[in-house]
Amino acid sequence: MKAKIVITPKKAVLDPQGKSVQNALEHMGYIGVGAVHVGKYIEVELSGTDKEAAHKQIDDACHKILSNPVIEDYRFEIE
Amino acid sequence: MNFAVLQFPASNCDQDAVHVLQNVLGHSARLLWHKETTLGDVDAVLVPGGFSYGDYLRTGAIARFSPVMQAVKQFADNGGHVLGICNGFQILCEAHLLPGALVRNRSLQFRCETIHLKTATTGSAFTNKIPADKVLRVPVAHGDGCYFADEETLIKLQANQQVLWQYCDASGALTDAANPNGSLLNIAGICNERGNVAGLMPHPERASESLLGSTDGRLIFESLIHALESKPAKAA
Repeated sequence: MKAKIVITPKKAVLDPQGKSVQNALEHMGYIGVGAVHVGKYIEVELSGTDKEAAHKQIDDACHKILSNPVIEDYRFEIE
Repeated sequence: MNFAVLQFPASNCDQDAVHVLQNVLGHSARLLWHKETTLGDVDAVLVPGGFSYGDYLRTGAIARFSPVMQAVKQFADNGGHVLGICNGFQILCEAHLLPGALVRNRSLQFRCETIHLKTATTGSAFTNKIPADKVLRVPVAHGDGCYFADEETLIKLQANQQVLWQYCDASGALTDAANPNGSLLNIAGICNERGNVAGLMPHPERASESLLGSTDGRLIFESLIHALESKPAKAA
């Protein structure tokens, strides 16, 4: 199994990286570019077949270490 | 006083901290490797600057789970004094010993310069030797020093006088231009509710000898030493 985790900055947190990328896209002439948010993508390979147990474990890891709930949101799927 | 200065892989201000505590201030300081599980006989812990564990994932995120940090957490829970500088501040926030978090500088630049600091409260264990109206000159050197906390936390920090230092201009005014990283409320350093754990992004250990251009940083260490000497009994 594999956990695919996406971590994004919370809306209230200043995201200068997103703003900088947004400016670059606009300067390059891309039309209709709105707010950009730069986050992280993490893949975790998992042994075993129990998806429910894996879900629980990854959720715990996301909360404790992979993301910082003060500044980030996360979502993931187990494949 | 006996200080423990933590040492993680890629700490780089640990020796400076030991030098100031030992050679400038005349106290005992020893390095404590991140794999240690006990602190031994210490009066206070200093979490130094650097790039612990390469700053992978987030600054301080991995250091937080090192064995020595479990001992530091217990020490702090028992009332022991802990000071985090720069990366140390980031680690203490990640460890939930301090509220909030440090994120990427607003400018996206690594800022390495001498800034001015206003002491917001002189009643703490980390500021008691700082004259109330004195503007401190202390260097910063960081890429992720923008202090963030939600509205509720900021209100609580102010109400409890947990904001210790704020970025200001040379006259002491809290301006946006004097804020090197975009920190909310110009926050440069805070303490926990109990007042025994503090962190700041600027480097007082780099401003403790006149040869280095400023001795203002000494006031922070001297405040802590004064608080420790006034303590009735050692924290377990």
